[in-house]
Amino acid sequence: MDYMRKLLAAAVIAVPAVSGAAYAQNVKIGSVLSLTGPASFLGDPEVKTLQLYIDRINKAGGLLGKKIEFINYDDASDAAKANAFTKRLIDDDKVDVIIGGSTTGSTMSMVPLVEKAEMPFISLAGAVVIIEPVKKWVFKTPHTDRMAAEKIFIDMKKRGLTKIALISESSGFGQSGRKESIAAAPKYGIEIIMDETYALKDTDMTPQLTKVKNNPAVQAILVFGLGQGPAIVNKNYAQLGMKVPNYHGPGVCAKEFIALSGDAANGVRLPCAALLVADNLPANDPQKKVVTEYIKSYTEANKADVSTFGGCALDGLMIWVEAVKRAGSFDKAKVRDEIEKTKNLAGTAGVVNMSANDHLGLDLSAFRLLEIKKGNWTLTE
Amino acid sequence: MSTMTSPPAVTSRQGSAPKSWMSSRFTAIAILIAVLALLPLVLPNAFYFDLVIRIMINAVIAIALNLLIGYTGQISLGHAGFFGIGAYGSAILTARYNMPPLLSLAIATLAAAALAWLVAGAILRLKGHYLAMATLGLGIIISIILNNEAAWTGGPDGMSVDTFRMFGLRLAGEQSWYWMFAGLLVASIVLAQNLVDSPAGRALQALHGSEVAASVVGIDTAAFKTRVFVVSAGTTAAMGGLAAFYMGFITPNLAAFQHSIELMTMVVVGGMASVYGSVFGAALLSLLPQALARVEGWETVIFGFILVGTMIFMPRGIVPSIAALLRKKDA
Repeated sequence: MDYMRKLLAAAVIAVPAVSGAAYAQNVKIGSVLSLTGPASFLGDPEVKTLQLYIDRINKAGGLLGKKIEFINYDDASDAAKANAFTKRLIDDDKVDVIIGGSTTGSTMSMVPLVEKAEMPFISLAGAVVIIEPVKKWVFKTPHTDRMAAEKIFIDMKKRGLTKIALISESSGFGQSGRKESIAAAPKYGIEIIMDETYALKDTDMTPQLTKVKNNPAVQAILVFGLGQGPAIVNKNYAQLGMKVPNYHGPGVCAKEFIALSGDAANGVRLPCAALLVADNLPANDPQKKVVTEYIKSYTEANKADVSTFGGCALDGLMIWVEAVKRAGSFDKAKVRDEIEKTKNLAGTAGVVNMSANDHLGLDLSAFRLLEIKKGNWTLTE
Repeated sequence: MSTMTSPPAVTSRQGSAPKSWMSSRFTAIAILIAVLALLPLVLPNAFYFDLVIRIMINAVIAIALNLLIGYTGQISLGHAGFFGIGAYGSAILTARYNMPPLLSLAIATLAAAALAWLVAGAILRLKGHYLAMATLGLGIIISIILNNEAAWTGGPDGMSVDTFRMFGLRLAGEQSWYWMFAGLLVASIVLAQNLVDSPAGRALQALHGSEVAASVVGIDTAAFKTRVFVVSAGTTAAMGGLAAFYMGFITPNLAAFQHSIELMTMVVVGGMASVYGSVFGAALLSLLPQALARVEGWETVIFGFILVGTMIFMPRGIVPSIAALLRKKDA
């Protein structure tokens, strides 16, 4: 009983004690990432990447002569917790920049706080609402779902496929992909004639695919989902002997997707970041150097494959570091202005060119349209 | 209410020392008011205000849930669902129908209460833990709806909530919200304690003790359980609405099953049938994630250890167990 009470007392006292242990002379990078919960597949590579590169900068003498202190909190994939931890980063830890918000929900719950506190904030989440309309202090590094849809539609149009069936997952990613696909389709003369959905944990998509198969007007299918779902769609697609071209969103740009789909993966086309096809990039590609280096460092340090999510964290860090160097200070307003002026910065997600109207700075060239051939990624362009 | 008589078993247990008990009750509330009034002087920054506000929100909900769990012995596994109705109801009515926040909050609260009444009316006629199952299902359904009806709720990515305005005043910033929630917390403690010691409260405790005995002395058990459930759900929804206005951004996570379990845990760890136990439980469960944030990975382990420890060594909950221990020492 006694030790229970002591433990409780310790837990309560620990709040101010822990946060009091700050180093005044250091510069602080704060982040709120989803290390646990359903979005942990995003947060895990993100935090490992940030830690790896911050350690490296510190070993090389720090930034403008100061050591970088990295403060990371886990929001457990919950936007309400992300909101609370952001307050802690701003008011208590007094960080100089916030990187992260692994999910759109978390990011959007952080936005009002960073705007009010005038804190440079670089989000690692996907949706276009983060930067549209432009918010003064908010930037992001990953491509938007709309860009993914546009990249796919350009390829479809080139191949003369105009009537398509959309199959999306009812998760955040799938719904965002669905919304953006429907919004972008008319611009490219694509008609979505079927709009099917499946739930995150569904184990059989044969009913949806049968419906699609029985509609002779369908010229291609587009699948927007994460994790296992899209691989199951591929398997069912093969089992039903379907032949229409099969497109996927960028949520499955990982080797596991090919492994899970097996032979059914062959012929699938999808837009992915250059990171995935580092070896196939021509030597003069502006991204060749940065992606090759990142893959080498990350796999050496973590004994795990790289993912585009971790790459986006690296891009966010580098955008801030370069902005600080150009500004010659850690002054938040000056750094923010410099972030907005980021030009020709080759990151893992693409070459970043920001402006006052564009807080993402990537164009469609950042995506590479890949086709899976013989169980491997190949460039189509 | 007129049909009900105080069950003798309960009165004899609590009637032994009414005077000292009354004074301790007023001392407790006076101490709490003093602490809440002085706290802003020592809270170093907005983050700590935010932390206390979150504790107070959870405390009010835990008190409301405790009325149900601790006093009538019914379990709700869907209170996060009611929280979600309050939050999303208020957010949607203000954002899409331009309704004043206070009116939206009232409508959302009434809607949640009405839903609770519908469910309870059907379920609470049955004996046993059917309410737990019904609320479990209800909570999950609400969570699915909030996730899928993206046109209304923004889907899993969430939606932003307008600023709270009341009688032309704009409520913004941690300080003003602090006083608002502090007032609500004190009010709900006073109300809950009054209810517990009113004839209706005695009836509820009798219900918890033995439903058969309670109905024998003329208590309409189903009606009482329904009323408590409706009050509990309505309070939770109102707090959900206020929390949404306070945070300014909501996602369907707040209606998730896990949040229901968190609320249940606050009640059970703090102490069932103890109003201050709920406050303590809410404080503990809101502080732990922040206190343990720097010990990544061990957070869950320590958290589990505290929960299991409480269950084994203090099965009645932390506050009642310690209170009993202190009483023993005095004697």
